[in-house]
Amino acid sequence: MATALPVRAQVPAAGQATKQHASWSPYDDNGGTVVAVAGDDYCIVAASTRMSTGYSILTRNKSKILRLNPKCVVASAGMQADMETLHKMLHSRHVTYQFNHRRPMSCPATAQLLSNTLYYKRFFPYYTFNLCAGLDDEGRGAVYTYDAIGSYERVGYGCQGSGKELIQPVLDNQLKAASPLVLPQQQWLSSLPLEQAVDLVKGAFVSAGERDIYTGDDVEILIITKDGIRTDSLQLKRD
Amino acid sequence: MLHRPTSHSAAIGPGPVPSLANPGPALEQQPRHAPQAPSCGSEAFCVDPQALSSSHPRQHTQYPYVTGTSVLGITFKDGVLLACDTLGAYGSTKRYKSFDRLRKVNDVCMVGASGELSDFQYIMRLLEELSDDDFCMDDGHHLKPAEVHSYLTRVLYNRRNKMDPLWNSLVVGGFHSGKPFLGTVGMIGTSYTDAHLATGFGNHLARPLMREKHHPDMSEEEAVALMHECLKVCYYRDKNSINKFQLAKVTKDGVSISEPFALETNWGFKLFQNPAANAVGTW
Repeated sequence: MATALPVRAQVPAAGQATKQHASWSPYDDNGGTVVAVAGDDYCIVAASTRMSTGYSILTRNKSKILRLNPKCVVASAGMQADMETLHKMLHSRHVTYQFNHRRPMSCPATAQLLSNTLYYKRFFPYYTFNLCAGLDDEGRGAVYTYDAIGSYERVGYGCQGSGKELIQPVLDNQLKAASPLVLPQQQWLSSLPLEQAVDLVKGAFVSAGERDIYTGDDVEILIITKDGIRTDSLQLKRD
Repeated sequence: MLHRPTSHSAAIGPGPVPSLANPGPALEQQPRHAPQAPSCGSEAFCVDPQALSSSHPRQHTQYPYVTGTSVLGITFKDGVLLACDTLGAYGSTKRYKSFDRLRKVNDVCMVGASGELSDFQYIMRLLEELSDDDFCMDDGHHLKPAEVHSYLTRVLYNRRNKMDPLWNSLVVGGFHSGKPFLGTVGMIGTSYTDAHLATGFGNHLARPLMREKHHPDMSEEEAVALMHECLKVCYYRDKNSINKFQLAKVTKDGVSISEPFALETNWGFKLFQNPAANAVGTW
C-alpha cells in the first residue's frame, strides 16, 4: 500500500467535493448539572448556573429551574434553547390549567405533563434532561427523573446533566437508598434532616465542580417546604 | 371537430399529428409546475422546476455565504454599547466594506448581527414590520428590548426546527425603565442575557478582557475605552475583520449609531515582524 500523501497534497477527486464549511447541527450541549433530593416534608432542587458550548463559557448566570408554583418546579440540563422552549411550553400549559381548574397543577400531574410533552417530540426530541420536583398531594417530597424522550420514574433523589456520573453515586451512597430490587418496596424518601441534605447537595456540587468543566460558577438551590420555596446559593470555582 | 394535437416530434415533423400517429411522450400533456411556471407558451424564467421536484433537500441554506464577524456588547451605568466592524465577507474575500451590521429597531432597542448578512436583512425586515405595526397603532407602545430579544429567539429557534436555520448570532441592546438590557441569540436559538457579550471570535478574544475590566456601573467614557480595546484585539487576531468600526449606544435619550471610524493600530511589534523567532523549525 502506498504511503499516505501529506494532507496538503490531497486533491479531491472530481465530483467529490470536500466539505469546506462547518456542518450544521440543530443540537448543542450547553452542559450543567441539576440535582433534586426529596425528604419526608421537603424537597431540595439545585442547578448549576454555568452555560457553556464546547470549551467556551457563554454565561455564568443562567437559571435552569422553572418555578411553576410553590409546590412544583422543573429543572433541566442539556441544550439551552430546547430547555427554554420546554419551560415556556410548560409555563403556558400551567397557566391554562389554572384557568380551567382554578388551582395550581400538582407535582404528579406536572410530572405526567412533562413526560407527555417530551414524548410529543419523540422523533425530534428536546435535548434536555429533566427533573420534576416538589411536594406531592400528601406533602411529601417528590422527585421525578426523565430521559430526553419522556420515560420517567418517581425516585427519592435524582441527578441529571453533565455532572450526573460524578454526583449520582455519591447520592446513592450517602442517602442509603434501598435497592429497588428489594421486596416489598422500601421507603425511598431521604430520612436526612433538611439541613444535612442541603449540605450533602452542596458538597456534591463542589466535588462535581472540581472535575466537570461544565459545572461551575454558581449553584441555585431551592428548598421546597409546605411554607413555600426558600432559595439558597453556593459559589463554585469560576475556572 | 376534434382537436388535433400538434407535435414537434422529429419523427413526424412539425404541424398537426396524423390521426393514428403517436408522437410519444413529447406530446403528452406535460405536468406544469404549479404557480411558478406559465400556463402556456414556453417555459419562462422561473424557479428551476428540477430543483422544486428534486427529492434532495435544499442545501444552500446549510452554510453561510456573506458573513459578518463578531459583535461586541457591554452595559454601562446608563446604557448599552454595541460595536462591530462594517465588513461583509464573502468567504475570506472582503466583499462589502460598508455594511451596517448595527441597526436600530426603535427608540429603546437596537440589534447587531454576525453571521449570514442576507439572513440578517430578512430578520430586520421582520423587525421593521413589527415596528411599523407599533407605529400604525399609534398608542405610544413599542417593543421593549426584552421582547425583541424573546421574539428573535423564537424566530431563530423556529427556523432551526425546520432544519433551515437563519445563520446568525444576534446581539440585542436596549435601555428601558432605567435599566440596560443586553442579550444574544444564536442560530439554533441559544439565548442569554449578560452584562457583557460577544459573538463568534469575540467570545474568545474580547470576552476575557470584558470579564477583567467590566463593571456594571462604569461610566460611558470607560465603557467606550474598553470597547475600543476589545475591537482592537479582535481586529489584530481576526482575519475576517477590517479597521472600520461602528459603535452604537442606547441610553434614556434613545439609540445613536456612530459614523464608521478607524482605530489606531500598531503592527511594529517584534514578534509581528518575525513571528517565528521563538519557534524553531517554522517559517
